[in-house]
Amino acid sequence: MIKSITLDSLMPYFGAIVLIGIGSLFFPQILSAGYLLQQLQIAAFLGLLATGATVIILLGHIDLSVPWVLTGAAIISTALVGSGDPFFIAISIPAALLFGAFIGIVNGVGVAILRIPSMVWTLAVNSILLGLAVLNTGGFNPKGEASPLMIGMASGNLFGIPTGFLLWMVVAICLALFLNRTPFGRYLRSIGYNEKATFLSGVSTPSVIFFAFAMAGMCSALGGVLLAGYANQAYQSMGDPFLLPTIAAVVVGGTSILGGRGSLFGTVGGVLFITLLTSILSVMQIGDAWRNMIFGFVILAMLLFQTLRKSAQS
Amino acid sequence: MLDYMRSNRREVIAAIVLVVLLGAYLGTHPSGVSTYVMTIWANQAMILGLAAIAQFFAVVVRGIDLSVGAVMALTNTIASYLLDGSAIGISMGIVAVLLAGAACGLMNGLLIVYGRIQPIVVTLATASIFVGLALLLRPTPGGAINYDLADAITLDVLGIPTALIITAVLIFGFWLPFRRTGLGLGLYALGSSEQAAFQSGIDTKTVRISAFVLAGLFGGLAGLFYSFVTTTGDAGIAANFTLNSIAAVVLGGVLLRGGIGSLVGALAGAFILKTIASLMFFSGIPSLAQPLFEGMILALAIAIGGADVLRVRNRLEVFGR
Amino acid sequence: MTMTHNYLEMRGISKHFGATKALDGVNFSCVPGEIHAVLGENGAGKSTLMKLISGLFKPTSGDILLEGKKIDLKSPKMARELGLICMFQELSLVPDLTVRENLLLSARGSGLGWLKSDSLDLARDVLDQIDGEDILFSQRVADLTLPARQQVEIAKAIMMRPKLLILDEATSALNSSVVEKVFTRVRQERDSGTSILFISHRFHEIEALADRISVFRNGQCVDTFAQGEHDYGEIIDMMVGQKIDELFPPKPAPIKDAPAALQIENFSWGDELKSIFLTARKGQITGLGGLDGQGQNKLLLGLFGLLKKTQGRVIISDKHVDIRSPGHAKKTEIGLALIPEDRKTEGLIQDQTISENLQLAALGAKDLDAKDPSLYAASLDQLELKHGGLDLPVSSLSGGNQQKVVLAKWLALKPKCLLLADPTRGIDVKTKTQIYAILRKLADEGTAIILLSTDYEELIHLCDETHIFYDGKIVSSLEGDQMTAQNIIAASMNIPAGAGSDTISETHDA
Repeated sequence: MIKSITLDSLMPYFGAIVLIGIGSLFFPQILSAGYLLQQLQIAAFLGLLATGATVIILLGHIDLSVPWVLTGAAIISTALVGSGDPFFIAISIPAALLFGAFIGIVNGVGVAILRIPSMVWTLAVNSILLGLAVLNTGGFNPKGEASPLMIGMASGNLFGIPTGFLLWMVVAICLALFLNRTPFGRYLRSIGYNEKATFLSGVSTPSVIFFAFAMAGMCSALGGVLLAGYANQAYQSMGDPFLLPTIAAVVVGGTSILGGRGSLFGTVGGVLFITLLTSILSVMQIGDAWRNMIFGFVILAMLLFQTLRKSAQS
Repeated sequence: MLDYMRSNRREVIAAIVLVVLLGAYLGTHPSGVSTYVMTIWANQAMILGLAAIAQFFAVVVRGIDLSVGAVMALTNTIASYLLDGSAIGISMGIVAVLLAGAACGLMNGLLIVYGRIQPIVVTLATASIFVGLALLLRPTPGGAINYDLADAITLDVLGIPTALIITAVLIFGFWLPFRRTGLGLGLYALGSSEQAAFQSGIDTKTVRISAFVLAGLFGGLAGLFYSFVTTTGDAGIAANFTLNSIAAVVLGGVLLRGGIGSLVGALAGAFILKTIASLMFFSGIPSLAQPLFEGMILALAIAIGGADVLRVRNRLEVFGR
Repeated sequence: MTMTHNYLEMRGISKHFGATKALDGVNFSCVPGEIHAVLGENGAGKSTLMKLISGLFKPTSGDILLEGKKIDLKSPKMARELGLICMFQELSLVPDLTVRENLLLSARGSGLGWLKSDSLDLARDVLDQIDGEDILFSQRVADLTLPARQQVEIAKAIMMRPKLLILDEATSALNSSVVEKVFTRVRQERDSGTSILFISHRFHEIEALADRISVFRNGQCVDTFAQGEHDYGEIIDMMVGQKIDELFPPKPAPIKDAPAALQIENFSWGDELKSIFLTARKGQITGLGGLDGQGQNKLLLGLFGLLKKTQGRVIISDKHVDIRSPGHAKKTEIGLALIPEDRKTEGLIQDQTISENLQLAALGAKDLDAKDPSLYAASLDQLELKHGGLDLPVSSLSGGNQQKVVLAKWLALKPKCLLLADPTRGIDVKTKTQIYAILRKLADEGTAIILLSTDYEELIHLCDETHIFYDGKIVSSLEGDQMTAQNIIAASMNIPAGAGSDTISETHDA
């Protein structure tokens, strides 16, 4: 566990502290518990997605189907709740998770069996899901509503701490333990570094890939359920704005986009950093244009700093 | 000839698919084949075609460019300020637009080579920057492009859509000669095996930066052409074009692992993608089902392209494809 | 040959990688018109020296002088322009380009602009001379066989009209008749005034070609002398720095009727394996020989579950098994282990630590605790793995030590039958003896071993039985006294034993 705490993975935490420090110079209310807790609540959505994305990126792949897995899960869960049938309401969240796992397996089949680059295959899967959603809802916002449980998960508090954040932490910690304590975690990283050598060592690499994509799909689906609970509805394209920040959060957290190296600990920091950055820029009422530019520059600066630190070391 | 077809199998297949699709499209078009129909089709396909070429230059050196759409958005908004007025002003404007595209590419290339950050991550970040700049220029769609020029570029010459003429010029006037230069071969060498390229004495840094400059330049061309077709500036076009350009190069037989594929393939892939969309529009499929069909066709095409992996009899051969 | 002036001289050259000194104060020189062999174990600094000369590395300290003038080699391109051409051990051809395009890229004066094709004729001439008439310029390099690629490499190097030509294991995949033609061409280059640096692990090649020999050890140039001044034994002692009594462990008398650990019956795969019958017995080392790519490697892959649609039967411990994947092959009831051909990319994960690599095969096995270091300690001790800590990346080890890690990783599973694909290729003498010793020990303990080797000495001195492959078939199975160099070489070329053995021994003793 301690091994995953590297300087790279600590960087976003330092960054987040610096952001809070700078932000509080202009707006002291940033230092209030209320504001910070609210950030933790908002970070939960990105956090769940980035947790799944970390697994896939450690594997050396990428999952571009996140947006419509999220939207699809939100549509399914709200539609089931909207039906009013107690049984359907009860299975609304498991059904959404099952959907995420199923799409994950579809992703895994394309990547592990057909050997299609994940960037292309998950993109195609994403566009099929989009097509299904459009056909299903007629292009309008889907009907349905969130259940009290979903709303509670997204917007509730437990001992003053947002439940969304707690949920994210539980998922992230369980997954981190799983990756560090079981052979699966080792297989995952080994495939990220060198799939051929891993296969030749007698590891069933396709199963590892299926399982990883299924887990990532479930993370995205849970993110969708949470977001639907927060908005009390599902809406078209609700996942689109999350795709790139998800990848950014994972990378800023010190995980190598080439696979193998990185940790969920770093991703949590990356998510907090990105969430704070977005929030502080909007608190400061900076326009869309500048917000985009600053976002890009800050991510580049973080990554350049990683490079600089490494070349200074060697 | 047979030899040529064998070594360019991917492009040949893409071209055949394109011809079949185009035949189906023109055959089912309610108003029949006409210069007008062809021109609309060619213009739409050409925009994506240029974006796909941009993507191709990044992909062939084993990179990826997630900023293609953003470069288009930025150059499109710049064009909406500069491409009106005197002839000299407009020509200077065109140069400025293309330079802006190339500069975006240069920024990507420098960050990748000297910042030692992966292309996917660099372009993810710079895309945000370029879109920001575009939004700064045009918070809402607007501006104007000289109509006469736009007409000249987006209509036809003697019944042949200008876009197709530009395509031919690109292939025969630029690509085929370029493929025989040290830079042209160097791109493939770098994408195929960086170590071999370096040991062969290729200046890998310069070649990689050049690849991204070319990607930026063609992103700029795509933005420019888009401006002529729409005659306004719009900062919100980025996302769609980036993802479609990746789909297009893959359909056109360019391998994402680098070193294989060609500009012709990228163009063919883009034309296929657009023809499918147009075909769908007139096919009688309910409009709500069209996105699903488009997605399924894309998935199917990619899956078929990858299906020969199932015929591989040595399990080790599937790695590193 | 006059030794009037040095073409290239290196004075007090050192090259450090972190704490490791790959080269330490080396003085080295070569004169025009000589073939200068460079010998040494892996990790002795030969490759580093070559990479310095070809501009891939810069020295940490020391001077490089070219015709008496100090130069600073900034890049491979600059070295090439000065006429310092290296034909690398790791092939430097671009796989996805054609032969012609590869040659164009390397031709003299090529840059990023228009390419000149005037040197291609020379390359064609060289190719024709070294038995490469069948190699077309329009072929993609990826579609060429390994020997054909080496031939193209050689043609490419000579095409660049070198003043100093470095041949680093340049002929490792070529058969002896082609090697002879290559040597003829290399001698022509020498006679026209080119300096040639020649690196090889094959002593008879060095004897056939070299004028002078330099021996490297531990990053230092131990001695430079004229060919013939020292014999094999003395040279090996110099390389190793200590006396090696016996390369091979003593071979015990063959056990008659040892129980079969693995039987292969009528095993076929496409055109590449044709009806193979073979039995590997407990406590025996079974050799697979033949020229490169005659099916022997495919047989190992097939046994390890890597080939689809194989035909025939594989019987292990009297049970018919159908092995579908490496994961299946390593299960206790089957008990196979494969040491793959390419340890760098297939045997190990270079970015992971030594201990992580050691654990990868044992992880997840039912009755093993992969994290228990004692699982590997015995094999590592016997192999004398040199390392600075098991938490260091495996890439910090030299090639020979990396191979030891691959072995130890699989031995932890206590395989019943060990498959090895040319485990000593490109490995130094000392490590070879250690690997031979551990194979012998495993056999004595009852493991069945199938050893694929391109080195007939290994087949003769280690194996109880050797099967020679030609065109996907076993053309000859040799036992005991039948295993002689002549018989093995004749069978490899599918010539009946006895016939033509004179000519063959000539090429090999030359």
